[in-house]
Amino acid sequence: MSKATYFRRYWQLYALLSLPIIYFLIFRYGPMYGVQIAFKDFNLFQGIGGSEWIGFDAFREVFGMREFYTTLRNTFMLNFLDLLVSFPAPIILAIMLFEIRSVWFKKISQTILYIPHFISWVIIGGIVYQLFGNQSGMVNGVLESLGLTPIPFLTEKNPWLITYLFTGVWQSAGWGTILYLAALTGVNRELFEAAEVDGATRLKKIRYITLPSIKPTIVTLLILNLGKMVSIGFDRPYIIGNTAVREYSDVLSTFVYRVGLESGQYTLATVVGLFQAVVGLVFIFGSNYISKKVTGDGIL
Amino acid sequence: MSERTSNRIFDIVNITFVALFVLFCLAPFLHVIAVSLSSNRAITSGEVTIFPIELNWNAYINVFSNNAMIRSLVFTVILTFATTVLCMLFTVAAAYPLTKRKLKGRKFFMYLIVITMFFSGGIIPEYLLIRDLHLINSVWSLILPGLVSPFNLIILISFFNNIPASLEESAEIDGSSHLRTLMSIILPLSMPVMATLALFYAVGRWNGFQDSLMYINNPDLYPLQLKLFQMVQNNMVSELTQMEGANRTPLTPESLKAATVIFATVPILAVYPWLQKYFVSGVMLGAVKG
Repeated sequence: MSKATYFRRYWQLYALLSLPIIYFLIFRYGPMYGVQIAFKDFNLFQGIGGSEWIGFDAFREVFGMREFYTTLRNTFMLNFLDLLVSFPAPIILAIMLFEIRSVWFKKISQTILYIPHFISWVIIGGIVYQLFGNQSGMVNGVLESLGLTPIPFLTEKNPWLITYLFTGVWQSAGWGTILYLAALTGVNRELFEAAEVDGATRLKKIRYITLPSIKPTIVTLLILNLGKMVSIGFDRPYIIGNTAVREYSDVLSTFVYRVGLESGQYTLATVVGLFQAVVGLVFIFGSNYISKKVTGDGIL
Repeated sequence: MSERTSNRIFDIVNITFVALFVLFCLAPFLHVIAVSLSSNRAITSGEVTIFPIELNWNAYINVFSNNAMIRSLVFTVILTFATTVLCMLFTVAAAYPLTKRKLKGRKFFMYLIVITMFFSGGIIPEYLLIRDLHLINSVWSLILPGLVSPFNLIILISFFNNIPASLEESAEIDGSSHLRTLMSIILPLSMPVMATLALFYAVGRWNGFQDSLMYINNPDLYPLQLKLFQMVQNNMVSELTQMEGANRTPLTPESLKAATVIFATVPILAVYPWLQKYFVSGVMLGAVKG
């Protein structure tokens, strides 16, 4: 095919593709170009290109900050505890849903269980405040009317941690069942029938057929979740957190926001962001590698 | 114990647990709805659980007569709609060419896009970019940065790839251009996945908060989430100061806040059941490839 015919045949496709590619170059690669300010004494008036190079000075400063280590620790801590609490929930829920024979009950349950996934953290924050607020929260109202002492769910470290983890389960457990249920629909029905003939109880069938058949999914998701240990969303810790519990709720993403956009220390904040991106990359590729070794299945 | 009774016990326990979990997901909403419909007296005395007490619509009347709130709602609806349309246009424009194996540079473009799933400049360089483009306090700062989600793009590409090639070939033999094939053959066959992705984009925009916090200081352009955040946050602050002994009444009545929470949730709940049957398959495609 000559160049001219090739172009005549494909120009429409290139025209279509050009718009998204321009988008990626400007809005995704543009910020990557901006990462260089981590190595510069960034000054708004001189801009990215005009600011002076300072090498790794800003890195040294960040690594000398006590707050940096607190936020790093919190990021790991919140992610790890979240994994501990939020990871098993959808597995259990999926197995229970799978065992339900009533089609309408199963459908309605699933519809409701998925909903919290579509609710923003701002709204969840509003709901959490209504439920767990010290003064006006419902839970403390109930506790008080029962003659119990109210619990400072939002303003003391350990109760706050439980509130934080609880909201995670609430938001994600139902949605997380989708993958497991899909894995379960692929299981050969004859296995269950054969087990029944052999006189296996429901619990035995769960233990010897259901669980082993979703084990690959569980292992893959677990490993991939471990790969996300340093990446933490901004909305949840920022909204559920507050100044009273900052010692626990301040994580890398909120730290970047505070240092960068609230105090205007762009260079320092970019260093923290870059640190998070690079370590995150290492974790993701590492967990993907392990996932492939262990299960023969990864994301990449 | 016979097999049938043990089966029945299992079913009862199982259904009870699932029902409790469903209730656990639902109860917070019920409480907020109850608060939004209760009298201030009942709320402050802590009587409200999941049923409204001293039923009244004052909070909603208040919200609906608040001009700033209505403006924010209308703005957010328009913003969400416009964002979703633009995102879908750009995602389709990227996905369709990338399914053509003979397209030169296809692999390169794929890499260019996939890399951005794993590495990004971070929020500070993003903020500076938006600033340099003079988009601070502009609606575009809420639309442009998220035009194409690589994750959604991959879902769409794998869906397009599953459409039998013979359909396209026969259209091409009939002299159809690529654009026409896309419009009259590929897209009509892709409505389920298109609906799913539109839902994901729309929910993402509707729920989006961090970008408006960073880029918008003009109250006229506050999306609903930012407005709601400030209402909740104000109260958090007053509650924290109360903890420290200062005796102030909360700035906003609880019922008003509850009504706003419901107000910001209803639109999602309204579209979601219609799309539910589609998004499960969308998630599956995404999980395999994404």
